[in-house]
Amino acid sequence: MSEQNQQTDSLQDVRDIRRLMERSSRFTSLSGLSCVAAGVCALGGAFFGYRFISNYYGQDDPGKWHYSNDQFAALKNELLLLAAITFVLAFGLSFFFTWRKTKQQKSSLWDHSSRRVFWNMAIPLVAGGVFVLGMLKYDEWSFVAPACLVFYGLALVNAGKYTLADIRYLGYCEIVLGLINMFEIGYGLYFWAIGFGALHIIYGIIMWNKYDRKIES
Amino acid sequence: MNGLNGESANKECELKVESLTMKNPITGLNKVFDNRIRLGVMSILVVNEEVSFNDLKQMLEVTDGNLATHLVSLEENGYIKVHKGFIGRKTNTTYSVTRNGEKAFSDHIAALENMIKGVK
Repeated sequence: MSEQNQQTDSLQDVRDIRRLMERSSRFTSLSGLSCVAAGVCALGGAFFGYRFISNYYGQDDPGKWHYSNDQFAALKNELLLLAAITFVLAFGLSFFFTWRKTKQQKSSLWDHSSRRVFWNMAIPLVAGGVFVLGMLKYDEWSFVAPACLVFYGLALVNAGKYTLADIRYLGYCEIVLGLINMFEIGYGLYFWAIGFGALHIIYGIIMWNKYDRKIES
Repeated sequence: MNGLNGESANKECELKVESLTMKNPITGLNKVFDNRIRLGVMSILVVNEEVSFNDLKQMLEVTDGNLATHLVSLEENGYIKVHKGFIGRKTNTTYSVTRNGEKAFSDHIAALENMIKGVK
């Protein structure tokens, strides 16, 4: 074998090694558009949430400010339903865009690396979800937004080890935002809109720019 | 299929001879890693604690039989460890890299690096 030949062979070997190391340890098919879609859903959810709440409190007649329990219960149900719809839409859309990217990359949506991302994300997320439901049970609404942000941030930091590194930074931002919110109770919806809406859209665009643009064009 | 088996049997014979002189004295490349599948298995195992047979198969896009033979040869060289377990009633065999394997692999990469640089 000539030296030239051996060199190209070695180069190919190294490329193979690199590709397999990356593919086996990180789930790289996460699409930036998934993130943007989740952000848009969250902003939509926050907008309607704001409308519901201001309709409830914003009545001109101050006599109605003292809410009857029935009305308040209805508002709670409306908000819970809204949250569920927002979550399903956001999850569905981000799932779709990532699924599309795995198709383009001819990789699998459910393999060794995506499973690991899933579990590492699910554990803090489910813990946080149950925690928040527990707070709702005791009618403790003030800490819902910060708790959502902090647990979601922890889930992202945890899962970030096994997917694109940007996810980890998004997680840090969510945690910081949640903690600030903890000391500014009452502005939960705004923090929620920034954390789940704006941050997702910003990071989504950054990620799309960094990884997806080459594939799409 | 027969052809494939014959080929892998041949490879195994070769391997037994090779294991005595695993390193090519000139290039420092490890003969065991000449094969793409064996090299692939090692690449995956050095960055993952434990990987199952099916995941390896999926990532390397190879057939069961083909992968199994190469795993056996890596195991015989002491580069990987096999853990047999069960998920319910189904067998779940996982593989991890040994210290020896890690060393052999990093030596191999260093040799590849030298080769690319054109230094002997």
